[in-house]
Amino acid sequence: MRKSCRIPAGAIFAALIALPCLGVPARAELRIDITSGHVEPMPIAIPAFPGGSPNESQAGRDIAGVVSADLERSGLFRPIDPRSFIQNVSLGDTQPRFPDWRQINAQALVTGSVQTQGDGRLRVEFRLWDVFAEQQLAGYGYTTTQQNWRRIAHIIADEIYKRITGEDGYFDTRIVYVAESGPAEKRVKRLSIMDQDGANNRFLTDGHALVLTPRFSPTAQEITYLSYGSGAPRVYLFNIDTGQQEVVGDFPGMTFAPRFSPDGNRVVLSRAENGTTNLYVLDLRTRRATRLTDSQAIDTSPCFSPDGSKIVFNSDRGGSQQLYVMNSDGSGVKRISFGSGKYGTPVWSPRGDLVAFTKIEGGSFFIGVMRPDGSGERLLTRDFLVEGPTWAPNGRVLMYFRQSPTDSRGHGGSTRLFSIDLTGSNQREVVTSQDASDPAWSPLLR
Amino acid sequence: MRTRITGIFGGLMLLLAAACSSAPETAPGGPGGPGGPGAGGPRGVGAGSFAPGSQQDLEASAGDRIFFAFDRSDITPESQEILARQAEWLRRYPNVTVTIEGHCDERGTREYNLALGERRAQAAKNVLVALGIPASRISTISYGKERPAVVGSTEEAYAQNRRAVTTVN
Repeated sequence: MRKSCRIPAGAIFAALIALPCLGVPARAELRIDITSGHVEPMPIAIPAFPGGSPNESQAGRDIAGVVSADLERSGLFRPIDPRSFIQNVSLGDTQPRFPDWRQINAQALVTGSVQTQGDGRLRVEFRLWDVFAEQQLAGYGYTTTQQNWRRIAHIIADEIYKRITGEDGYFDTRIVYVAESGPAEKRVKRLSIMDQDGANNRFLTDGHALVLTPRFSPTAQEITYLSYGSGAPRVYLFNIDTGQQEVVGDFPGMTFAPRFSPDGNRVVLSRAENGTTNLYVLDLRTRRATRLTDSQAIDTSPCFSPDGSKIVFNSDRGGSQQLYVMNSDGSGVKRISFGSGKYGTPVWSPRGDLVAFTKIEGGSFFIGVMRPDGSGERLLTRDFLVEGPTWAPNGRVLMYFRQSPTDSRGHGGSTRLFSIDLTGSNQREVVTSQDASDPAWSPLLR
Repeated sequence: MRTRITGIFGGLMLLLAAACSSAPETAPGGPGGPGGPGAGGPRGVGAGSFAPGSQQDLEASAGDRIFFAFDRSDITPESQEILARQAEWLRRYPNVTVTIEGHCDERGTREYNLALGERRAQAAKNVLVALGIPASRISTISYGKERPAVVGSTEEAYAQNRRAVTTVN
C-alpha cells in the first residue's frame, strides 16, 4: 500500500530573467479576447529553438514542439506548419526577418535558443514577436536541468498565453486523477498524476485499494482523496514528495468527498452516519473537526469559495439533489439551483465568479456553470455520463470525465478525460494511456 | 424449507437468470457467472448442502439482497419479507455477524451515490434491528456506484444494481 514515489515538482529551474527588448518597445496590439464565445485562433509560428550541439538542437525542437502543442490545445492559437517557414532561424539571429513571417500569415512569432552551461544545465531563452508591428512582446531566459525541459516549455507557453490574452496561463500544471482498468464489477482504480498535457504519467497507488475523488492541496505537494484501504471508505492525505498516506481525522465510519480550503490548512468533507450525511471541516493543524450541517439529508460534495468565506455543496434536503451555498461556518444556507433536474459536484471557480457542476436531467448528464447566486446557468456539454468538473487555475478551462454506456457483455463503459473552454467551445480529449476519471487540476506550479 | 424458498424466490430468480442469460455465453466468464453475486442464488437453490451459517446458506435460505427504486432507500414489501427471513436466519446463527453493502446504479454522481448507498445499507440494517437483531452484529459499508452486480447500461441492470447485500463476515 505505501509506495514511495518521488516526483520532481519544486523549483528545479532557477533564474527567470527578463530579456532586454530588441527593437521598439511594444504596445499591446496583438491580443486575443478570450471572453467572447468564438475565437478565431491566432496564427503563430514557433520554429525549433536552435542550439549549438545536436543535444541542444534536439532539446530546442522538443521545447518548441511542446510550446506549440500547448498553445494549439488551448484553441486560441493556430501554430503554422513549420514546413511553410521561409526563414531558417539560427543561433546568431538578433531580429527575425519579419517579411518572411508576414508572407506565411504569422501574426505572432516565437524564437528561442538552447545552450548548455558549464555546469551541464540548459539555458533556454525565448522571445515573442508581433510580426506585423515588428516588435518584441516578451522575452525571458531560464536555466534548468536537462531532464526538466518540458516544464520550461510549459512555462514559455504560459508566458505567451499571458502576453496575448492578458490572463494567466495553465500549462505548467498537473492533473491528479483515477486511472481505471478491468471489468466494471471489479474495476481497479489507481491514484495517478500527470502533467496537464498527459506527459510524465505516474501511478501513486498500486490498485489494491479502491480510491476515488483525489483533490490537490492549493499550497502543498499533497492530495486528499477517498480510499477503501482500511476496509471502510475514509478520507486520506497523500504526500506526493514522500508517498506517505494517512487517514484524515478520527471519525468513526465513512468519510468522503474531501476538498482543501484555499489556505490549505483545512479539509471539508462528508461523514455518513445512520443514513444521513453531513458536512464537517477538519483543521489539519489541530486535527479538530467541526460539524457544519445537521440535516437528515445527504449533504455532500462541498467546495470552498476561493476567498474561503463560503462553501457550495449539494443536498437532497429539499427532496432532490440541488446546490446550496452557506457561510464557511455552516450558517446562512441558501439553495442556488432551481432548474429542472438534479445538480451535483459543485466546484467554485478560482476566479470566484462561477460554480461549475454536474447536472442530471432527462436521462442525460451535463457539465454546466452558474453564478454563485444561482443565476446565469449555462450548460457546456451533454452526454450519456459526464461528471466531476475541475477548473484550470485561471478559471477559463474545465476538465471532467466522460463514461460511455456499457452493454450486457461488458463492452463499452470506458472513462476518458476531456477539457472544454468556459465558453463551451474547444472540447478536447486529454489523452491517457488507460481509462481515467475524477480529474483534479493543480494550481500553477511554482 | 427449500420448497418454500423456491416458491417465494422463484420470480426473482427467474429475473436474475434472465438477466444473466441475456449474454450469449453465461458459462464461466459471463456476467454474474460462477462466483458472481447474481449467480449465487439460483445455483444455491439447486445445489444443496452449504456450511450452516455461511454466505451460501444465507443466500439459499433467505436471499442475500434487497432492491431499491431509483434514488430511493425505501424498503418495499418484498424487501421487508427478505429481511424478515434474514432476521430469522441470523437468529438461528447467533454468532454470525454481517456487513450490509449499499450499492447504486451508475445514473448518479459519485459522491452522492456513496451517501445514497450508505443510506440504503442503513435502511436494511434498521429493519433487521427492528426485528430484534442486535445492531452490534450488523455493520454497513457503501460502494456507491463502484461495484455493479450486473454489467450494462440498461434499466434491467440498474434495477439489479440498486441493492443492499447482506454479507457474512
